[in-house]
Amino acid sequence: MITAERKPMAEIKAMLAPYRKILVVGCGTCVAECASGGEKEVGLLASALRMDAQIEGRTIEVREMTIDRQCVYEFIDKLTGVADRYEVILSLGCGAGVQAVAEAFPKMLVIPALNTTFIGETKEPGLWVENCRACGDCKLGYFAAVCPVTRCAKGLYNGPCGGSKNGVCEVDPDTPCAWQLIVERLENTGRNDLLEAIYPPADWSRQQGKGPRKIAREDQRSES
Amino acid sequence: MKADSNLKKVLTQNVFAVTAECGPPKGADPGVIKKKGNLLKGYVDSVNVTDNQTGVVRLCSMAACAILRQEGLDPILQMVTRDRNRIALQSDVLGASSLGIRNILCLSGDHQSFGNQQQAKGVFDIDSIQLIQTVRRMRDSGQIIGGEALSDPPELFIGAVANPFADPFDYRVIRLGKKAAAGAEFIQTQCIYNVKRFKEWMKQVLDRGLDKKVYILGGVTPLKSARMAEYMSKQVAGMDVPGDVIDRLKGVDPKDQRREGIRIAVETIGALKEMEGVRGVHIMAIEWEDAVPQIVEEAGLYPRPRISEE
Ligand code: SF4
Ligand code: SF4
Repeated sequence: MITAERKPMAEIKAMLAPYRKILVVGCGTCVAECASGGEKEVGLLASALRMDAQIEGRTIEVREMTIDRQCVYEFIDKLTGVADRYEVILSLGCGAGVQAVAEAFPKMLVIPALNTTFIGETKEPGLWVENCRACGDCKLGYFAAVCPVTRCAKGLYNGPCGGSKNGVCEVDPDTPCAWQLIVERLENTGRNDLLEAIYPPADWSRQQGKGPRKIAREDQRSES
Repeated sequence: MKADSNLKKVLTQNVFAVTAECGPPKGADPGVIKKKGNLLKGYVDSVNVTDNQTGVVRLCSMAACAILRQEGLDPILQMVTRDRNRIALQSDVLGASSLGIRNILCLSGDHQSFGNQQQAKGVFDIDSIQLIQTVRRMRDSGQIIGGEALSDPPELFIGAVANPFADPFDYRVIRLGKKAAAGAEFIQTQCIYNVKRFKEWMKQVLDRGLDKKVYILGGVTPLKSARMAEYMSKQVAGMDVPGDVIDRLKGVDPKDQRREGIRIAVETIGALKEMEGVRGVHIMAIEWEDAVPQIVEEAGLYPRPRISEE
């Protein structure tokens, strides 16, 4: 999933300061799973904004709405007819959601309430960890399903560096050394043959390309 | 003009080599480098120049190497992949050779979060092994990454580092093998305090015949005090300073600890000279370059051989 964290209240308030009619929009998918932008968080944030205004003696109108996915037009369309009654949309979607909503409403002001952080997994309740940087050329098959691009602090394809000690990364003792994991898993899965392989320089054009990447699939287009 | 690497000459003539390290200043004064270079001159075969070590901004390694060369030393250009992508790295490799620099040490580099530019973007476009392979191909096949031909290949003796004290231990020698296969010709190791573990590693090196593929120079850093030993043991990633070394320093009066540190370094070099497969020593006297002549002399490695230019 895409993970995100809510911005500090002061930053959100500063961005909203000029506006009185606010539509707070959540997203029911990734950011709901990571408890930063789902229906519940929308409710909490909206109440906080209302309370704040009350304490400061301002009148504001805040409406809450959570759609299934902010990054897919057919769900965004649920905001049609509602959005234009507000001065601003405060989006609790990820960066993709914020932009998709903005594109659907060319004249609406859309402000992000979250800092989108990474693609990751829910490791345990309340703990999310990054494990993919969407490099566009997945090599997990060679690295025993541990991503060196993401989970090694130096993104080493031919690690481990000289700082790997007792299984943890030199950069952050709370993070396992990705290469310790790779070596262990290669051995445990009988892929010792890969231990000595030298990986050539990566093709970062698959990640950075010529600006934003896109996937165009004719088979998917013709069906709709 | 086309002088060869002095380090290479020393090693190929089977002489136990001595290299040292020179850290460039946090400023633009060439005088600091000249001074450090002249302290080392005559006592070492070649001098490493660190590349913004620990992610701290310093005068660039290439310029410092060029200055050392003017002073008559044989510099080893350290190059990390943290700060430059493959375009800049390959361009710098050519530039270094054009300045008469004849040795390069390829590293990934310390993570930027350790330094004084913690908000910097770590580049790591390629890693140290890919850099070794790249320089080797530029030199031997005259090709850059992707295969395009160079008009003139760079002339560089290619080195890499190894840390026998990091984990996973058994993988360390495999990684050395990867560096050799990628094209490294000489290896400088992490500082050795745990001679026993170093020996275990060397045994694995010999078992794989890697001593025949690369020249191994053991790393030695004199300890200034028991406090420095404790700090290195606890705070510096990938460093192994055993308790008995710390206790030995603690056992002497603080004002004599530097002397004791030098003694330990000299003893370590003595052990390295006896070890099969070890072809030299790399002395990293961090901000203590004037300790190097004494260590070299006491280790019986002075004077250095004068290798004639052919
Ligand atoms: S190799 Fe690339 S696609 Fe695969 S997990 Fe790593 S970053 Fe993601
Ligand atoms: S310690 Fe391991 S994870 Fe950390 S930078 Fe080194 S190789 Fe990568």
